[in-house]
Amino acid sequence: MKLRISHETTYGYDQPIRNLVQSLRLTPSVFEGQKTHDWRIEIPGGIRGPGFRDGAGDWVEGWTLRGPAEEVSVRISGHVETRDTAGVLRGHREMIHPLAYLRSTHATTPDKALREAAMSLKTTGDHLELAHGLSALIAGTIAFRPGVTETHTTAAEAFALGEGVCQDHAHALITVARLRELPARYVSGYLHSTADGQAHEAAHAWAEIHVGNLGWVGFDAANRCCPDERYVRLGSGLDASDAAPIRGVAMGTGTERLAIRVQVEEMEQ
Amino acid sequence: MMVHYNEMFEGEAVREPYARLSEWVRTMPEDFRQMKQAEAEALFRRIGITFAVYGEGGDPDRLIPFDMMPRVFEQAEWRRLERGIKQRARALNAFLRDVYGRGEIIRAGRIPARLVYQNEAYEKAVAGFVPPRGVYSHIIGIDLVRTAKDEFFVLEDNCRTPSGVSYMLENREIMMRMFPQLFRKNHIEPVDQYPELLRRTLESVAPAKCQGRPTCVILTPGHFNSAYYEHSFLANLMGLELVEGADLFVDGEFVYMRTTQGPKRVDVIYRRIDDPFLDPLCFRPDSMLGVPGLMDVYRSGGVSICSAPGAGVADDKAIYTFVPEMIRFYLGEEPLLNNVRTWTLWKDDDYRYVMANLPDLVVKEVHGSGGYGMLVGPKAGKEEIETFRKKIEANPSNYIAQPTLALSTCPTFVEEGIAPRHVDLRPFCLCGDRIELVPGGLTRVALREGSLVVNSSQGGGVKDTWVLSE
Repeated sequence: MKLRISHETTYGYDQPIRNLVQSLRLTPSVFEGQKTHDWRIEIPGGIRGPGFRDGAGDWVEGWTLRGPAEEVSVRISGHVETRDTAGVLRGHREMIHPLAYLRSTHATTPDKALREAAMSLKTTGDHLELAHGLSALIAGTIAFRPGVTETHTTAAEAFALGEGVCQDHAHALITVARLRELPARYVSGYLHSTADGQAHEAAHAWAEIHVGNLGWVGFDAANRCCPDERYVRLGSGLDASDAAPIRGVAMGTGTERLAIRVQVEEMEQ
Repeated sequence: MMVHYNEMFEGEAVREPYARLSEWVRTMPEDFRQMKQAEAEALFRRIGITFAVYGEGGDPDRLIPFDMMPRVFEQAEWRRLERGIKQRARALNAFLRDVYGRGEIIRAGRIPARLVYQNEAYEKAVAGFVPPRGVYSHIIGIDLVRTAKDEFFVLEDNCRTPSGVSYMLENREIMMRMFPQLFRKNHIEPVDQYPELLRRTLESVAPAKCQGRPTCVILTPGHFNSAYYEHSFLANLMGLELVEGADLFVDGEFVYMRTTQGPKRVDVIYRRIDDPFLDPLCFRPDSMLGVPGLMDVYRSGGVSICSAPGAGVADDKAIYTFVPEMIRFYLGEEPLLNNVRTWTLWKDDDYRYVMANLPDLVVKEVHGSGGYGMLVGPKAGKEEIETFRKKIEANPSNYIAQPTLALSTCPTFVEEGIAPRHVDLRPFCLCGDRIELVPGGLTRVALREGSLVVNSSQGGGVKDTWVLSE
């Protein structure tokens, strides 16, 4: 697929802020499943800082904005040619050993229920089969329902609630995978449309699980599938906060309003 | 009964390096000694050096007892130690470069992958990034004990931000001020070049993008930190700015320091704050001590951080057991300094051995420090041993065990005159374009009779450490 992406994140402040510093992971990954063209990151009024590819293979870019500013916009645009690799992250260059993805974070700390669920699956010893089983288990336990969880909801909380959004599915899947000694991580990106053809108008997230010979394989429990050509991968981390496409701080005392607009459209052939 | 090596004697005779000191002590009038002890204490109070050593916590305003009787090494002894320490420092940095790169030592099956990559101190954020000159740990504090004339053991390595060097410098300063005649009679190698060497070390690892003479700063968590005195002391001696996180900011591709003349670009940061607090955009988002955006500048080569984030993976107690293996693997040499035989309680055989021999062993928590949470078998009563046994049973992988070492003693001033007390040693090895070690270090002494615990929180004191010239 040829996807045109535009993504704008706007922060509004009731008191002007100064000295904004951001670390952005907003550039599509380089691997066999996607090719990126004309990618632009812009923050009007900001200064582009250091850019580098980190050990996880993500392109990281720092930005600063001296201010004062009452509004800051992070604007992304470009297009990506995608190809279905059946979820396998083939040809992705990275330096981090998979075992570094076995540690748990606050959001992915297991409780008794997650432990029992993870251990309930019997396996023949085939890691891929186990990963699929865990993904189906999470998909079956957490129903997709926006608005019931928030940014800080943990895997254990969402699992107990039985409802949540893609972030919650990814957190829960990562947690159970790690319990089964499978390295797992959180991936942030975009999704063109769900399987039923519905356009997806928000940023998306899923999990990647490291399975033996295949390496990293994506699992989108929220949509009961593995990422295909409808998906655009940006970057990864131990959990949503670690993989956040935008991390930033600014000096200011006021409150912040956030507006996000994401468009992922298929381009004319 | 364990025999402890007394560093002053060879049989009945006083050893050559202690000859003059022994005479000095023997002829010292009692009232003179008391007067000098009071003077030393007053001097320490005046300069305000009262902090706890090695981040042990405790009362930050409490004075650590200073013992006026120096500990002495002869030249040849020291040269042997020096070679061993520098060898270890090279291997530790080679290990860090390796585990943040291709991980050859793990591929070769010499160190289990889990111990490294699942280690809390392993920072995946710096995987693949090589800091200037490939140096990760720029100041390495290596804790040593002695058990015989020619037998030294390394107790632990400190690759992050080892403290205590200000004591090394102040102990010497105070001894020279109080007893100048001792320094005329004995030929003692100086240690006061340490700040200059540290500054040179920091400058030598400035990033490639640095223009002109590097601007170095010391980053402190602030005055409430127990080692704040040391941070400001070193900044003063090196002529560097002492800054807190809020004094630095990222603008574009670099880090700047706020000054009265406007922003000044910073090239090297000697940080005395822990990894999780360095940068809220990369590590703990709630950290107020760090500099937002610092890690992005670091990883793109705009600033150097000493020690490198993630350096701690080389110094925990589980990795420690593999340091001799690192020396063989990276340097192709045999280790010059011994490790203490260590049983790791997550291994079944080791577990059985340790549980059967608790009264003879020292058991430590893997991440513990400061002499707390540890069992000294031979000094513990039955009840204490049984309580500890239950703690181990509940979480074996949290513990390691070592034999009780017959720590050497040095003559030390006590109430009744002079008596042997147990000591250890922390030298500070500097790694930049060169590896430097000032002749000396910090000697800690267990002031309680028979005690093997030298930590200041448990009744430890400090001594000046002499290396005699030829």
